[in-house]
Amino acid sequence: MNGPVIAWLPDGRRLHMNHGPIDLIVEAFGPKEEVQAAYAQAAERFRTMLEELVAELVVLRQPVSEKQRMFRSPTARRMEAAAGRHFPAFVTPMAAVAGSVADEILSTMVEGRNVEKAYVNDGGDIALYLAPGETMKAAIAGTGHGLDDRLTIRASDPVRGIATSGWRGRSHSLGIADAVTVLAETGAAADVAATLIANAVDLPGHPAIARVPASEIDPDSDLGDRLVTQDVGPLSTSEVATALEQGLTVARSMAERGLIHSAALFLNGETRVCGPLAVTDDNTYKLPGRSACHA
Amino acid sequence: MNELSERFEIQPPERKPAGEKLRCDACPVMCYIAEGRTGACDRYGNFGGRIVRCDPVTILEHAEGAVVPFDKEPWDGKLVNAKRRFVSAIGAGTTYPDYKPAPFIVSQEVEGVDLVTVVTEGIFSYCGVKVKIDTDRHLGPETATVRAEGEPVGHVTTAEYGSQMLSLGGVRHLTGGSKAEGRVTCRTLMELCNKKPVELTIEGGATVVVQAGAPPIIDGKQEARMRVGCGSATIGMFATQWRGLVDEVVVVDDHITGVVSEHQAGKVIGWADTGIKILGHRSTPGRYFKVSEPGLGWGGTTIADPLEILGPFGARKGARPGMSLLMVSTTGEQYAYYELDEALQPVEKPFPERLKKSVALIEENCEPALCTVLFMAGAGGSLRAGVTENPVNLTRSVQRMQTYVTCGGAPVYVWPGGGITLMVDVSRMPDNSFGYVPTPALVAPIEFTMRREDYIRMGGHVEEIRTLEDVLEKGGEYFNAREIRAAPEGSTWPSLQLARVAK
Repeated sequence: MNGPVIAWLPDGRRLHMNHGPIDLIVEAFGPKEEVQAAYAQAAERFRTMLEELVAELVVLRQPVSEKQRMFRSPTARRMEAAAGRHFPAFVTPMAAVAGSVADEILSTMVEGRNVEKAYVNDGGDIALYLAPGETMKAAIAGTGHGLDDRLTIRASDPVRGIATSGWRGRSHSLGIADAVTVLAETGAAADVAATLIANAVDLPGHPAIARVPASEIDPDSDLGDRLVTQDVGPLSTSEVATALEQGLTVARSMAERGLIHSAALFLNGETRVCGPLAVTDDNTYKLPGRSACHA
Repeated sequence: MNELSERFEIQPPERKPAGEKLRCDACPVMCYIAEGRTGACDRYGNFGGRIVRCDPVTILEHAEGAVVPFDKEPWDGKLVNAKRRFVSAIGAGTTYPDYKPAPFIVSQEVEGVDLVTVVTEGIFSYCGVKVKIDTDRHLGPETATVRAEGEPVGHVTTAEYGSQMLSLGGVRHLTGGSKAEGRVTCRTLMELCNKKPVELTIEGGATVVVQAGAPPIIDGKQEARMRVGCGSATIGMFATQWRGLVDEVVVVDDHITGVVSEHQAGKVIGWADTGIKILGHRSTPGRYFKVSEPGLGWGGTTIADPLEILGPFGARKGARPGMSLLMVSTTGEQYAYYELDEALQPVEKPFPERLKKSVALIEENCEPALCTVLFMAGAGGSLRAGVTENPVNLTRSVQRMQTYVTCGGAPVYVWPGGGITLMVDVSRMPDNSFGYVPTPALVAPIEFTMRREDYIRMGGHVEEIRTLEDVLEKGGEYFNAREIRAAPEGSTWPSLQLARVAK
């Protein structure tokens, strides 16, 4: 069995942490000693991360209900809390696992440290820390198209989590979105919301969409026998629009309930945006354009 | 933020029927994985009822040069072991970004010296191919953009003797342009490196199908032969053989068209003047530039009728009725025979038997036209960390020629200067050695071989060294299949240079 591996990336700035399916890129900015100490805290926290989650995995794979369950692992508690806010939708804490791991590592990393900013990128689900006055730039990867500007998140923005979900990703999706990127208060909140919005971008019963029971691909899947998307064939422009509108409705509802800050939905080269996605220097919200952008 | 793009640009998953499920023990998640699927990490999967790391690792078998003579000496069973085996990096997997030692660090004794080979599959963001297309046909102007599937993937660089050169790929096409450009470039490079045919369209020029080791197909026509030389060189080679058989020979060529009666090679054997006039820029006697534009006609010109390049024959300079004229291209593929009529106009006549031999000789001296593909890449990045704790030591060792670099067992040329920038002839590598990642970047096998003590000295991952036998028997930690393939011809192991390393 392979244990956790923590190493510098070749640039000597970022730390790479890997254990089984958890794959993190970690970076902190600030005085050198503070950054070093922050990395040490993050690394220490990472060592037991996967095992803690595995210990409670069986329950973490069961859907949330009105009653919040107790978990020993603080990461699992983050997952349960983030997923629970979406009840009565069907969702398990696993929908928030990547974002919660990012949040947990990040919060341990910056605790008591005097860093300017930091991030933990868990395979595209990102948690951010910004000291007052700091800003962080990020870019959204779509599928061959995207936002014409990088996101700038300022300390005064209510965003500390960015997550992306879609059927092409590593996790299974019930929907057909190429990608849904969500900005939210935490990584966990963004992660679970991206999953649910991506699930909602859908054309139920459409013949061009190949679906198989999740259990057939992954016998342990928290999605059970629910049909997950395996392939999306050609769709007409109006079908793409219909599917995106479905997702947009869910995203707007989440935004109204304060569960997310903004979301960008991508399908077949089409984009829908809910809420402000980027803040420009003159303090006005900027909506994404349509030109290509490579993240 | 490649992490993001890689996550969303994977190939659509293949649909496979569910089979027997296995518990993976590669990490504490202990995924229960259906046959043909990978676990949550996407790196370990259930293939053929075992938990494995995907593609097979390839071991090349190099037969010993000499065959053991059976009849003279009693067979001592040595033939069984007379094959040198070399663990190539094909299917070895990668540890990108190399935060741990390379997948295989193998020790092997060669001629009494312990050698260590560090085997990994490198992910090359900086890579491309240099393509040499044996043809004199004009493929396109210098720096013209070369397109595949409508996307710019490279450009025309120059012409070499008998060949046209293209430079394809490179970081600026892979990641410097649009996503579609990067994807198509990546696919084009991979196909070419895997010796598959690719159709390329050159702006303001030809469409050419290129395949390593195969003749180019230019605008639908397969090229057969390289020219024997330029028109002038052809005159020089064959002047004596034409003497006495024909009064004048013009070798039509895009570069230098040669005229035997005026050429130095004709003069020295006393060739008589013919009053011929070539419509082109005279360089030196009997040598003419620019008789036509470059094209797909005679000798790489646009000429379909060779008489187009002739002016009127001058009677005062030696032209006379009945004078014979051979016109031939530099590959011997096009040829025609004329005689001057009473008005000194050349009239095409049936090609005489006596000249067929010389035309055949030109053709025979032309080598088969081939496309050759050299993969060029920089191994300067993080993969070095998989070899040694101090990556620059590997670079220096390669530059000092203490470390011998191979790609899939094939010898490489390492450019002088900084870094490890290498070129390798893909035809010497085993088939399908190349893969890609969606970055986009190419994945190619790369092996570093050096003396064991040098490896230790450079700060190598000594504790990871395993014997060849152990690798063959057990494979890696979660082992993919071992596939033993014959090494491609011409890629000997150990190489001459390596034998020197051993000494």
